[in-house]
Amino acid sequence: MSDVILEMRSITKTFPGVKALDNVSFSVKQGEIHALVGENGAGKSTLMNVLSGVYPYGSYSGEIYFQGQECRFQNIHDSEEVGLVIIHQELALVPFLSIAENLFLGNEQAKSGVINWNETISKTKELSDRVGLHESPNTLITNMGVGKQQLVEIAKALAKKVKLLILDEPTASLNDSDSEKLLQLLLQFKANGISSILISHKLSEVNKVADSITILRDGATIETLDCRKDNITEDRIIRGMVGRDMTHRFPPRDSKIGETIFEIRDWNVYHPLHEDRKVSSNVNITVRKGEVVGLAGLMGAGRTELAMSIFGRAYGTRISGTAHKNGQEIDISTIDKAISNGIAYATEDRKAYGLILIEAIKDNITLANLEAISDGGIINEPKELTVTRGYRDKLSIKCSSIRQLAVNLSGGNQQKVVLSKWLFANPEILILDEPTRGIDVGAKYEIYTIINQLASEGKGIIFISSELPEILGVCDRIYVMRDGKIVGEMPASEASQEKVMKYIMTQQEVVEQ
Amino acid sequence: MKTLTNDPTSDSGTWKTITTLFRNNIREYGMLIALIAVMVFFQFQTGGILFKPVNITNLVLQNSYVITMALGMLLIIVSGWIDLSVGSVVAVVGALAGVLIVRYHIDWRVTLAICLLVGAAIGAFQGYWVAFLKIPAFIVTLAGMLIFRGLTFVLLQGESVGPFPAGFQKISSGFIPDIFNFPGFHLTTIMIGVLLSVVLILLDLRARRNQQKYGFEVTPFYLFVVKNVLITAAIMGLCYLMASYKGLPNVLVLLFVLITGYAFVTSQSIIGRRIYAMGGNEKAAKLSGVNTPRLLFYTFVNMGILAALAGIIVAARLNSSTPNAGDGMELDVIAACFIGGASASGGIGTVIGAVVGAFMIGVLNNGMSIVGLGIDWQKVVKGTVLLLAVLFDVYNKNKSA
Repeated sequence: MSDVILEMRSITKTFPGVKALDNVSFSVKQGEIHALVGENGAGKSTLMNVLSGVYPYGSYSGEIYFQGQECRFQNIHDSEEVGLVIIHQELALVPFLSIAENLFLGNEQAKSGVINWNETISKTKELSDRVGLHESPNTLITNMGVGKQQLVEIAKALAKKVKLLILDEPTASLNDSDSEKLLQLLLQFKANGISSILISHKLSEVNKVADSITILRDGATIETLDCRKDNITEDRIIRGMVGRDMTHRFPPRDSKIGETIFEIRDWNVYHPLHEDRKVSSNVNITVRKGEVVGLAGLMGAGRTELAMSIFGRAYGTRISGTAHKNGQEIDISTIDKAISNGIAYATEDRKAYGLILIEAIKDNITLANLEAISDGGIINEPKELTVTRGYRDKLSIKCSSIRQLAVNLSGGNQQKVVLSKWLFANPEILILDEPTRGIDVGAKYEIYTIINQLASEGKGIIFISSELPEILGVCDRIYVMRDGKIVGEMPASEASQEKVMKYIMTQQEVVEQ
Repeated sequence: MKTLTNDPTSDSGTWKTITTLFRNNIREYGMLIALIAVMVFFQFQTGGILFKPVNITNLVLQNSYVITMALGMLLIIVSGWIDLSVGSVVAVVGALAGVLIVRYHIDWRVTLAICLLVGAAIGAFQGYWVAFLKIPAFIVTLAGMLIFRGLTFVLLQGESVGPFPAGFQKISSGFIPDIFNFPGFHLTTIMIGVLLSVVLILLDLRARRNQQKYGFEVTPFYLFVVKNVLITAAIMGLCYLMASYKGLPNVLVLLFVLITGYAFVTSQSIIGRRIYAMGGNEKAAKLSGVNTPRLLFYTFVNMGILAALAGIIVAARLNSSTPNAGDGMELDVIAACFIGGASASGGIGTVIGAVVGAFMIGVLNNGMSIVGLGIDWQKVVKGTVLLLAVLFDVYNKNKSA
């Protein structure tokens, strides 16, 4: 078909232990805005990384045709050459360079290595006009708002003679009027014959501008909806995003829920750099003994920020509010105090924040509670080995020796080391932040089993996850967070994916139904 | 020793056990073997001068300050930072000692205490900037390098101050007293060597029994015997050499205590474990309840005290405080740590490695001087050795990954 600009056929991409994309086919017509939707982890970003050459040809199977030509991109440069430009969620601009310098970075308007500044500036002005950016070309990126930075990224794409523009969550960090401007720009590009792929969680935006919508779920294409023919509702999209088989993915759970063990009241947190930005606002959460409490929401909803601010103020400034354990107010103003008050936080980013990768498994497990294996500040090594081998067996950490370095373990086993560390600290309240991210199905099941066991021992657990089925399968009660606020609370028995998704997605406040 | 307790595969033969042990500890053994090779090389090149008792004594005295500071520098490097100011701290503390003792006639013991306190204060000053104000240590200590060198000139008004009283000099140039007064031979030194060997063997036996009590595999008994025989032979050999000259130098006793103490703290204590964790991944350590700024601060305080101690040893050895004392010494100290296997990105390195690295530099300096190689070529050789040692590290790392 001549009106198809991009066609991806039977794309399969596997990571060690995980099939991220399974036989995905996806096509975009000339001059349309094609939305790509799906839950976190559905495979949207992986698909776009395959398309743009971040994962080079050969690391996936399947074929890509762009304007009728088969493409075998080795890197991003190759894909940009043919007019495919991707703009990532985290903008790739150099903050201390000007708009003009950023626009032509890697594509300098130069003759034998000497930059022609007049040409650079005049072209920058022309491109800025096309995207509606009214700033001097010499303005530094760092002095501009995120909305304008986004426009610079788009202008940069135009400078590369873009034919298909891919935007990954472009409005995630924009306010309403900036978002609106951006969407108008996409419509204007469409009129000029530039196609775009829009990845977005904001279904209202998708509905407003998209001509077609493709839904991905668990690494597979579910369906492609044509918005020009039918009137597609948000509910229709949500149903496509979440419907899936849930049998046998979670171990059976027998909850014995006791008294309230942990509570935070009127918790407010501000952003550490932008001190007027609230990242948690008036949050109230309770956790009871033996209860697994889910914290659902999108990435960026403020769940990790909330959890870290509770854990010894490891995140944020101007934190206010109180924390209570067994009805008594407790001091959790430093990480040290939080740990000694029986709180543990297992991070979502185990490599950057959870593990000392260059150290042995045993050193990682004992780090948060060295006193327990020491006498007068001196580590009793045999005792340490006994303790850590105990955790290795209990959580079945697969390793050649307890002295093996953490860096050489698989994701699932690394996660078990992180969990072991916090179990050894003997907490009463465990905050688990995306404990199953990036690990395979079997290891996930093992982690769920551990969580069940901890709950049955009477610990209170806060479970943060972006995967709704997991939240529903593991938790007793669910809080939904959006924009740093708790926007919904329900027992798991009354929750469904559609219901939670509605709280997550809907822009206006929902009153408890 | 901690390094020998790696889980050996149970069903392997003798040779396999040894090769596994060697492969697991290739960094430590490799450097030690290289050091011995360099020593043997110079022993022949110098016509047997290197291992003469008087030269061994000199070797120890000449390198004592580098080793002293390498202990502190190792902790800083393991934390992920660097201290460029130590050479200048050596000078300013030496100058202070000279001014207090020679100009103000303050008792040398009081002066010693004051100097160590000033060292701690200098460390605290720099540590505060690095740990709490989050200024990179490279910049802070580069500034410190200039500031303390400048203050040295201010204190000494540009000239050397000396001489020192005998008691102060003895810190560096003295030997332990001989209680037996055996003519021509320092019997006390031999007795200390015997005592030390016995204590080490007993400690190792106890550790072995402790491991067996917990049901862990231990290295085969013959390897245990071989290891202890080698260590005893090395101690007794050194003591014999020292005894046939003037006995054990005071500095060597001090070094022994310091090295043992720091090796123990880094490998066996909570503080040591936390320093490695901080250097390996500061964020993860922090989220595990380690108070990383405070720990880093004290690491710098410790460095300051050791640099002050080195300053005193230098001044006592030269018997005067000179404005250029310790000039460029920071480079030898840092090189010793890297030759000894420390990683510039933090989290990796051992005290024993740093000491071996310091001796490597010391033996090279000493051997090349005796052979008569010019100072110009000495620097070229030392630089090359540093590069080769790091290359060896990188090669090993890639092979194991």
